[in-house]
Amino acid sequence: MSLYALQKLLYELNRDPRVQEQFVADRDALLARFRLTGEEADAIRNDDIGMLYILGVNGQILMHFAAWRGLAWDEYIQAMKDALTKHGQVRGGIYAAVDGGEGGAL
Amino acid sequence: MSLVFAGIMSHGPGMRARADRADPAVRDPFFATLERLRERLEEARPDALMVVAAEHFANFFMNNMPAYCIGMAEDYEGPIEDPGWLRIPRRTIPGNADLSRRIIRKVMDRADVAYAEEWKFDHGIMVPLSFLTPRFDLPVIPANINCQGPPLTPLGRAYEFGRAVRGACDALPERIALIGTGGISHWPATPNSGKINVDWDREFLARWTRNDRKALTSYTDEETLRDAGQGGFEIRTLVAVAGACEGSTGELWFCEPIPIFATSGFAAVMNLAQETAAKAA
Repeated sequence: MSLYALQKLLYELNRDPRVQEQFVADRDALLARFRLTGEEADAIRNDDIGMLYILGVNGQILMHFAAWRGLAWDEYIQAMKDALTKHGQVRGGIYAAVDGGEGGAL
Repeated sequence: MSLVFAGIMSHGPGMRARADRADPAVRDPFFATLERLRERLEEARPDALMVVAAEHFANFFMNNMPAYCIGMAEDYEGPIEDPGWLRIPRRTIPGNADLSRRIIRKVMDRADVAYAEEWKFDHGIMVPLSFLTPRFDLPVIPANINCQGPPLTPLGRAYEFGRAVRGACDALPERIALIGTGGISHWPATPNSGKINVDWDREFLARWTRNDRKALTSYTDEETLRDAGQGGFEIRTLVAVAGACEGSTGELWFCEPIPIFATSGFAAVMNLAQETAAKAA
């Protein structure tokens, strides 16, 4: 897993409008700049916020990417809950779910 | 002069972004308490406000992560987040590069710190400023403690960092205010966002108001993760403020869980006058 590279892509995207422009214009060209696994690249390609959460992307990075991709707050929380049910526990990082992902302030 | 004000408060983006969804019975008294905090800050007539924050990948990433960093710019821009999402308009916030440089030089006598001449503020600084300096007109000296990308600085070092900041304040002629911002227990940006361990929060704040160095720095990260979530790692910012006020005790003004803000809303201050009185005696 190349969680570092995946998070770096999203970190740059979150803070740099030029990277956002490239994301919109040619997502594959942007993806090619980072050493990602196929699973990671697919998650970015498909705007799969839930899968990015499972792959271990830090919530403080993913929260803003999710908002930029148009997810309202409740949709973002729900995407993580759904992915947890589908794929199981978070695989890296420090944002693992607790209590089976239950609860929260929806 | 010295340190003229020291306090702590929560900074969750929901305090602005989702304020309309919070229970008014808790939100309104919390926001009224923050008004009181603003008044206390203004009464102290500070020349600058140092904000000890736990930033969230706005400026620093794991390619080159400082454990501690202090800003040294003429001004700063924020929020880095979408202003429509955070509901705080983007603006320029004044800094004071000369004061920053003198603080950093003094802090370095006792602690290692990085500096940054560019810094974009995220919600961790913008949300507190929007309550404490709503006109964004007081020069800000930002300081950051890495609470997101382990390995993290030990709590004892965070307390020492605060002592070093105090040493700098005492050596300079300016009147400096200090605010520490971070969540206590919380599991933000997870499916559990809104989970809060209020007993843990109250126990932590009791240790903070006693300024009990040993108790404040005795949490292991494993215990914090288990009992207070990964968001609990941000107590480093609050521990640093206690360190800056060694010899003083504090007052808890507010602590109630507000799930849509993802944390307890809290505010507390240190009574710096006690320390001055003790020295005079």
